[in-house]
Amino acid sequence: MATDMVTNSARAEVLRRIRAAKGGVATAEAARAEWSAIERRYRREATRSREAVLELLEDRLRDYDARVVCVRDAEVAASAAGMLGDRKVRRMVMPAGLTAEWLPAGFEFVVDEGLAAAELDRVDGVMTGATLAIAETGTVVLQNVAGQGRRAVTLVPDYHLCVVRVEDVVETVPEAIHRLQATAGLATTFVSGPSATADIEMTRIKGVHGPRSLDVILVD
Amino acid sequence: MFWNALASEDGLRVSLFITCYNDTLFPETGKAVVRVLERLGHTVEFPAGQTCCGQMHWNTGYQAEAMPLLSRFVEQFREAEAVVVPSSSCVAMMRDHYPKMAVSLKDEKLIADVEALLPKVFEFSEFLTKRLGLEDVGAYYPHRVTYHASCHGLRNLGLGDGPMRLLRAVRGIDLVELQGLEQCCGFGGTFAVKNADVSGAMLADKMAAVLNTKAEACTACDNSCLMHIQGALHRQKTGVRTVHLAEILAGDEGVAQ
Amino acid sequence: MSGVALDPKTAPPFPMAAKTALGDTQLRKNVRHATDVIQAKRARVVGEMPDWQELREAGKQIRQHTMENLDFYLEEFEANCTRAGGVVHWARDAEEARRIVVALVKASGSDEVIKIKSMTTEEIQLNSALEAAGIHPFETDLAELIIQLGEDRPSHIVVPALHKNRHEIREIFRREMNLPELGDQPQDLADAARVFLREKFLRVKTGVSGANFLIAETGGLCIVESEGNGRMCLTLPETLITVAGIDKVIPRFQDLEVLLQLLPRSATGERMNPYNSVWTGVNAADGPRVFHVVLMDNARTEILADEEARQTLNCIRCAACQNACPVYRQTGGHAYGSVYAGPIGAILTPQLQEMHHAQSLPYASSLCGACYEVCPVKINIPEVLIHLRNKVVQQNTAGVAGFFDVEAGAMKAMAMIFRSERRFRAAQRLGRVAESPLVRKDGWIGWLPGMLGGWTQVRDLQEMPKETFRDWWEKRGRNGN
Repeated sequence: MATDMVTNSARAEVLRRIRAAKGGVATAEAARAEWSAIERRYRREATRSREAVLELLEDRLRDYDARVVCVRDAEVAASAAGMLGDRKVRRMVMPAGLTAEWLPAGFEFVVDEGLAAAELDRVDGVMTGATLAIAETGTVVLQNVAGQGRRAVTLVPDYHLCVVRVEDVVETVPEAIHRLQATAGLATTFVSGPSATADIEMTRIKGVHGPRSLDVILVD
Repeated sequence: MFWNALASEDGLRVSLFITCYNDTLFPETGKAVVRVLERLGHTVEFPAGQTCCGQMHWNTGYQAEAMPLLSRFVEQFREAEAVVVPSSSCVAMMRDHYPKMAVSLKDEKLIADVEALLPKVFEFSEFLTKRLGLEDVGAYYPHRVTYHASCHGLRNLGLGDGPMRLLRAVRGIDLVELQGLEQCCGFGGTFAVKNADVSGAMLADKMAAVLNTKAEACTACDNSCLMHIQGALHRQKTGVRTVHLAEILAGDEGVAQ
Repeated sequence: MSGVALDPKTAPPFPMAAKTALGDTQLRKNVRHATDVIQAKRARVVGEMPDWQELREAGKQIRQHTMENLDFYLEEFEANCTRAGGVVHWARDAEEARRIVVALVKASGSDEVIKIKSMTTEEIQLNSALEAAGIHPFETDLAELIIQLGEDRPSHIVVPALHKNRHEIREIFRREMNLPELGDQPQDLADAARVFLREKFLRVKTGVSGANFLIAETGGLCIVESEGNGRMCLTLPETLITVAGIDKVIPRFQDLEVLLQLLPRSATGERMNPYNSVWTGVNAADGPRVFHVVLMDNARTEILADEEARQTLNCIRCAACQNACPVYRQTGGHAYGSVYAGPIGAILTPQLQEMHHAQSLPYASSLCGACYEVCPVKINIPEVLIHLRNKVVQQNTAGVAGFFDVEAGAMKAMAMIFRSERRFRAAQRLGRVAESPLVRKDGWIGWLPGMLGGWTQVRDLQEMPKETFRDWWEKRGRNGN
């Protein structure tokens, strides 16, 4: 096809230019060896105790005006009920595979089986689990897996209630990336607070797109 | 870095690299350096063939023209025990660029000479604080003074709080902190002329900060910055003057300011 | 549509553009305020990091290593992205990139696109090409929306509308969104944008983005953003087209552990920006069904070929250098005549133009080094500036025209003077003679001719002392002192 031919010659030309610029063809072996030789003297492990790590995560999340509670597994549903009540939500969407015991009674939960964006726009909020959380940065990481769902589901609704297991909380970004390595090909979203912008006079305004409210239940 | 801080040593033979612009426009700074070093018991030498480190040419894009000036400097100061330079931008030029300039000339001897010489080259304030390990050099300067941190001294040489420690030890001085002392004054060599408008705008900010301290004098380790700041202080008839750090340190009871 | 073109080919030289910018008090106030705020935030979150310098060093090595093996990593990315269902295209230059994107949008069956902020698409002026082809691009990043509706151009890599204050923004929104009652609190403006854009997110079928990082090991891409418009454009449309410079590739997923720490803290002074999206190819049940990546050269290989300037490509577009630069803080970004402004712009723009245009940019710096100090990947910008100045001089002094270059003549004369003690001393004496007609009674000079007139614009110059240091030293020697 004509476009393929053009793009192939563009490809050949760009690669030729790169090799001419560097004076040679890079090889996989050399690249691997050099990459492994990169000095990584930054922190790659936790330096705080587990209690301190959890406290740090809660602090960071509160900095983002997210509400956080830490409860036992059996209390998740009750906590969720409290938070949903406070937020005055009635109709929530949830991804398939979310732990049934976590769902509070008295609220309507719709399972997302490919809802249109417009329908997602009409629910009051979304409840999901999480893959992991990073304490230092107050980040919750979501992937397209059971209990967390596709990306649109945690994007379009205005409120997100997220359940994070304490054993999935790490202190640092390198630890998080390490844990994500095995599933690095999945669609992954790092959420650090509600959406924000500082584009107007550098005043940080919350919530342009994306959920404007975020609540987190930490499960011990 | 290149040296260990030592307690003041006796009788060093110190070679002075005055710098082209200090020689021509700010001889008082050179005299002050001599006075301070002799007061501390050292002997000053002045290789007469010295001219310029090549910074202006190098920074403006005339690299080929700067090369012979590197060789000349090395030639003039090869035998020095220590070289003192009352200009942090000139020392930055040498430390940041001389080694690779020598490499680009593919001159093995020059490369070796540069490597041997550079550890012996010091900006004046760092010679006092790092090489001699001193803060009190016996100075007396009863005036209100504020200190501007020249960019090359601050960022390239890492002078840190050295100049301030020297100033704090001056008897009679009334030291006032300059707001934004780490902000560039806007001189930047030929920048002051090629981009006169922006240079002037940066200078206006520095001026405002200086005047705000109500200091009688603004000091720094580089007369290039001071010439630029003084130019506006004088144009605006502020009555505030600039004085190189060396001249403050040279001040003592016996010498009129 | 986008207004006055920020095109290095036609932009006025920096000193001229700067003069205009300096006369705009509102602009300077906005720029000053914005950069003060980001700098303070950055200092705080960087100060928290005990391993910031180690991260910078790793960041530098990762980027340097990437450029040294760029062909390998681009091919690896292409293979892995294709395997995951993405379609990879290559573009030699801006024109080719534009053509490919327009064709892909047309093929998607949409005459509208929603766009995430992308400096790369600004660089190639993609929006003009789309409009010329009858396709309407909707900018969805708040700042880019402000720029688009205001028919303006970006002035900062991370906060493109930093030169506008809330009143100016309100006027634009009032007019373009037909909201006569709109308040001027930032929250009001953001809410207006939310409503205006949400309708488009839910409707428009084709999205166009840039990319912060292309991950060779996985064939994935990463976008770093704050508002959520990125996530909207990446997940809701049926077709996604990403345009990325070839310098955006990184070797492995693990390298994100360094870059996702360096970038947010440097760019907006946050521990982590609100949203990072990583995706690989297409997923039938999640996001666009069709995904294209356009890998663009557009003179990056020229920069790669210049060993001393190659580090320019290591840039991760954080704009910390812009916020720290005392020159940028006076003039704002438009004065640089390019979407890449400030220190990184001063080295990137001339090189993307192969040094023919934007020759004044390497001189738009006092070489203070504040940029190098904050660069998360340790690009030695002052060193590259000096290197480019040398290239500019070489271009200007080449051939016959070079013979008449006044500055070069003066510099060569000065070099001859400095090479000889005798000539140097003669020049010192000559200087005193030459200046004497200009010296006032009070011993100061208030006016200098020609090129040097720039000095006396705002500064006086003290007359040369009667005696140089070496004169004094010699006299002292003769007096046996």
